Amino acid sequence: MEHLELFFKSIFVDNMVFAYFLGMCSYLAVSKKVSTAVGLGAAVIFVLTVTVPLNWLLDQYILQRGALVWLGAEYADYDLSFLSFILFIATIATMVQLVEIVVEKFSPSLYNSLGIFLPLIAVNCAILGGSLFMQSREIETLGLALNYGFSSGIGWFLAILAIAAIREKIRYSNVPAPLRGLGITFIITGLMAIGFMSFGGMLTGGDDANQEVEVVSVMPVNEMSNTEPSEEALQEIQTEVNETIE
Amino acid sequence: MGLLSKKDSKLIFDPLADNNPITIQVLGICSALAITAQLKPSIVMALSVIFVLGMGNVVISLMRNIIPSKIRIIVQLIVVATLVIIVDLVLKAFAYELSKELSVFIGLIITNCIIMGRFEAFALGNGPWRSFLDGVGNALGYGIILIIVGFFRELLGSGTLFGFKVLGDSVEKTGLYALGYENNGFMVLPPMALIVVGIIIWVQRSRNKELIEEL
Repeated sequence: MEHLELFFKSIFVDNMVFAYFLGMCSYLAVSKKVSTAVGLGAAVIFVLTVTVPLNWLLDQYILQRGALVWLGAEYADYDLSFLSFILFIATIATMVQLVEIVVEKFSPSLYNSLGIFLPLIAVNCAILGGSLFMQSREIETLGLALNYGFSSGIGWFLAILAIAAIREKIRYSNVPAPLRGLGITFIITGLMAIGFMSFGGMLTGGDDANQEVEVVSVMPVNEMSNTEPSEEALQEIQTEVNETIE
Repeated sequence: MGLLSKKDSKLIFDPLADNNPITIQVLGICSALAITAQLKPSIVMALSVIFVLGMGNVVISLMRNIIPSKIRIIVQLIVVATLVIIVDLVLKAFAYELSKELSVFIGLIITNCIIMGRFEAFALGNGPWRSFLDGVGNALGYGIILIIVGFFRELLGSGTLFGFKVLGDSVEKTGLYALGYENNGFMVLPPMALIVVGIIIWVQRSRNKELIEEL
């Protein structure tokens, strides 16, 4: 259940492009044709799925406060989290390089379709953003981190696929000259983002505040009847009622 | 312009309008949009990028002859990441609230395409002083757009600038609000950043017809 919720939340509610504008540079630059957009989208899913769990491991066992405790008790107080930017980006850059080499060796056809996009991805904000959000949201298990990476990748893929399809069609429309190309893409993305905001109500319990309200209303009826209000509370209610009657 | 030759001042002033990194080169949009709901974070972000891009360009330009071209991307990323860590720590020390508000977006300066773009296109082939000017110029061009967007979103969205109530008090109905003016709550939401940038592009391109894209 936890997994399913995180999955849908990362795709729709916290969509990388529409809610946080991550990876906008390549989103705008590579969305002129659907076929190239699919290639880049697939590469993003792939790299996010690999790097988010890896960075989760780094965060848990090296960077967090007290994470080095496996080295010995005297390391328990070390806090290396200021190094996270440099370690995360180094992991991403090396992973991208490694993936490129492995894919080229074992699957030349996949390499031909993904290959040109892989170097682009090392500097895609969505990839680093995924790892940084993973860290700041304190995702608990490796499985959830894997899920988070994969589903945010799918969210990004959906976004670039949709805008590429729209841009292919919009070529036949009469857009005001100064808005052509970049301008209209911005405005369409804005409108799509407004549409995606409506997914915000899809999953309850997104924020902590909401969750507390949920818990209260979900309480079973027989349990509620068992909880008798204290005398003080009863008196307060009575005085309030009296006051309103007066 | 006694200090700068004509060529050098072109480096600084070109990116401000006709070669703006955001509206013309389409670089560095990620961070530009997410933090512009208010003016103050926009200005802090602009200053951070000016620092990182200016210094980074100098460092890369000094090292340009000793970086092996095969691993230059990783070297560039490490240089940026180091500078960004400095910015992050300074912000955490002197403006903690603001650094919480900017959250991951300070870290995302690392993958800001403007920075890698300028390293690749300029700093790898030019001397330190010119690279510095180019870096500052491009970061200023980026900052100007950020500040314009932040200005309009805060003014129209919450009726304030830097947190000061410029248009009067919306609760007590003073100033403009006495005439029935209402804040446009929509401007605070993320999608409006995209639309405001779209409008800036529209205005800029209808003033300068040469920038209009061919279909």
